[in-house]
Amino acid sequence: MRTKPGLLQTQAFRIVLVYVVLFAISVTALLFFTYWNTRRTLDDQTDQIIEAEITGLREEYQHFGLPGLVETVRARTLHQGQALYMLSDNRHHVLAGNLAFWPQVSEMGSVVEFDYERPVDGKLEARRARGRVLLVPGDFMLLVSQDVHDRYLTERMFTTTLPWTVLLILLLGTAGGALIGRNMLRRLDAINRTSGEIIAGDLTRRVPLAGSGDEFDALAENLNRMLDRIERLMKGMREVTDSVAHDLRTPLNRLRNRLEESVARLNASGAQAGEIERAIAETDQLIATFNALLLIAETDAGTTRAAMSPLDLGEVAADVTELYEPLADEKKISLSLLPGPPAGVEANRSLVAQALANLVDNAIKYTPAGGQVRIATAVRDAGVDLSVSDTGPGIPLADRPRVTERFVRLEASRSSPGTGLGLSLVAAVAHYHGAELVLEDNVPTGLKAVLRFPKTAMRALPGAPLKSAAE
Amino acid sequence: MRILVIEDDLEAQRYLVQGLKESGHVVDDAGDGETGLSLALSRPYDVAIVDRMLPKLDGLKLVAGMREHGNSTPVLFLSALSEVDDRVKGLKAGGDDYLTKPYAFVELLARVDALMRRRSPVGIKTRLDVGDLELDLLSRAAKRSGTDIELQPREFRLLEYLMRHAGQVVTRTMLLESVWEYHFDPQTNVIDVHISRLRAKIDKGFEAPLLHTVRGAGYMIRAH
Repeated sequence: MRTKPGLLQTQAFRIVLVYVVLFAISVTALLFFTYWNTRRTLDDQTDQIIEAEITGLREEYQHFGLPGLVETVRARTLHQGQALYMLSDNRHHVLAGNLAFWPQVSEMGSVVEFDYERPVDGKLEARRARGRVLLVPGDFMLLVSQDVHDRYLTERMFTTTLPWTVLLILLLGTAGGALIGRNMLRRLDAINRTSGEIIAGDLTRRVPLAGSGDEFDALAENLNRMLDRIERLMKGMREVTDSVAHDLRTPLNRLRNRLEESVARLNASGAQAGEIERAIAETDQLIATFNALLLIAETDAGTTRAAMSPLDLGEVAADVTELYEPLADEKKISLSLLPGPPAGVEANRSLVAQALANLVDNAIKYTPAGGQVRIATAVRDAGVDLSVSDTGPGIPLADRPRVTERFVRLEASRSSPGTGLGLSLVAAVAHYHGAELVLEDNVPTGLKAVLRFPKTAMRALPGAPLKSAAE
Repeated sequence: MRILVIEDDLEAQRYLVQGLKESGHVVDDAGDGETGLSLALSRPYDVAIVDRMLPKLDGLKLVAGMREHGNSTPVLFLSALSEVDDRVKGLKAGGDDYLTKPYAFVELLARVDALMRRRSPVGIKTRLDVGDLELDLLSRAAKRSGTDIELQPREFRLLEYLMRHAGQVVTRTMLLESVWEYHFDPQTNVIDVHISRLRAKIDKGFEAPLLHTVRGAGYMIRAH
């Protein structure tokens, strides 16, 4: 099983995060647009008022001249309002107006904004205004403006609160994402844990439901239905294997019994007795093939419940080396076990030993006299290897995928005895353990067959090896 | 010796009973689990041969029932079921040995003999003798006619097993199961090579061989 994803790695969290960032960007854009539009409208209104004022004042001036203008400005500034005026000569001597000072206005003619002060409750308050400075013939200057302090305040509030708003959106969004992510993670965790247990062989496990009827429950229900079906199929398959085994073994048993009985009744040295003994040998070959097929079917399908326990592959390698050493010796082949570190895996001893025995058997069978067969264990980052390498003819690259299929025997080996099931069984055993059978070129010649156990199959070995003491 | 055969396949039962009788045993038979259990509990037997799948009472339950009643008759299971996990189940239920059908009669007979031998009280032996061959189980030393024989640890275990069953046929499968603890058939018969090595060590240079090959069955160690 793969390692558990952290919160930041969950798809839910990532999706929520992307959405939150996009949301923050669009909220900012929307607010800016609204702000900019509102401000433009307000400014337009202010500017229109100013223009209207100017038009009015211009008419006054045209009709009544400067005194008329002074009079009108004074009249309009009697009451404190939005409108602000200043009329002065070129030495800033004020003739009329409701501002305390001539404000800092650099530009003539166009609309500008400026700050001014005005007494509120006995204190001077800095405020913002918007207006135009006009030249009145005779070297006089006229300021016509409107107080826009409220708009200014709104604007200030907007610019100071916007970053905080965006930050709040991001924070709440991230927290929400984390919450959703964690919830999803918890639900997925339950599904992953159950799948892990099922892969480990416990087909009775089911994914727990939260009872909320959400899409996770729907997924869990579907998975559970699928598991029910698989369990039924596995059970059916086990029953079929059992009854096939029973229904074929019983008549085979009778056949063998009858042959044995016949041979016992006949004169042991007679030609007929020899024929029957050959028939018994054929029957035994048939039985061996049948047993191998059944074992392959069971291991491959995982219907067997062969007990698994932590097993030192080095120990199995040593045992099998010891078992085959006299045979290799007789064939003038040097069989050796390369020393390796303890390699613990979760495995069935009998199946692994049988697989290794098949590989060693093959290696000895195909290696010519004077050759070498080496058994080795290696602990790698990705898992543990149990390998058998020989200096025989090897297997051509093109034939390698085929040789693990049932009953496939290469031309070169047809003359030697064997069922054609040896490597299939090794592959099935590998499959049962989540391992892989890899066939490689041995350097410089021959074949290297490797049983590659994954990291997930690795186990710590209980205590020190007890082997040497027992023997 | 008295043997109880519980087997529902009548053809197989007839053959078993006949073969065992010819080998000089007294045999009772039962065709279903219930009859088998009541027979097993009512009379003393030296060995019971029990089919794994029986009508009325399953073989596993039958043996479990025998053990519950304090009956310790050695049981040899016969099974036509597939093997890998079934052997373990059989032994857990109280069986002493397990043979998959189809079997060779010599294999069955050798195992029945071994089970009977196991039953006879031998006490704790520290020394095994066959003719002039001695095996000291404490010092783990082997001698023939006073001459030391160097044995590898596995050769020692092989010889020990053969000597514990001196005068009995021991099959290759029994050796593989007991000495190597493997329950599978190696493609090539590796046991024969181990035996010939052992033979070279204990019989070579001596006039009378002790380790004999029993044609079509296995091996036997015996004096003379």
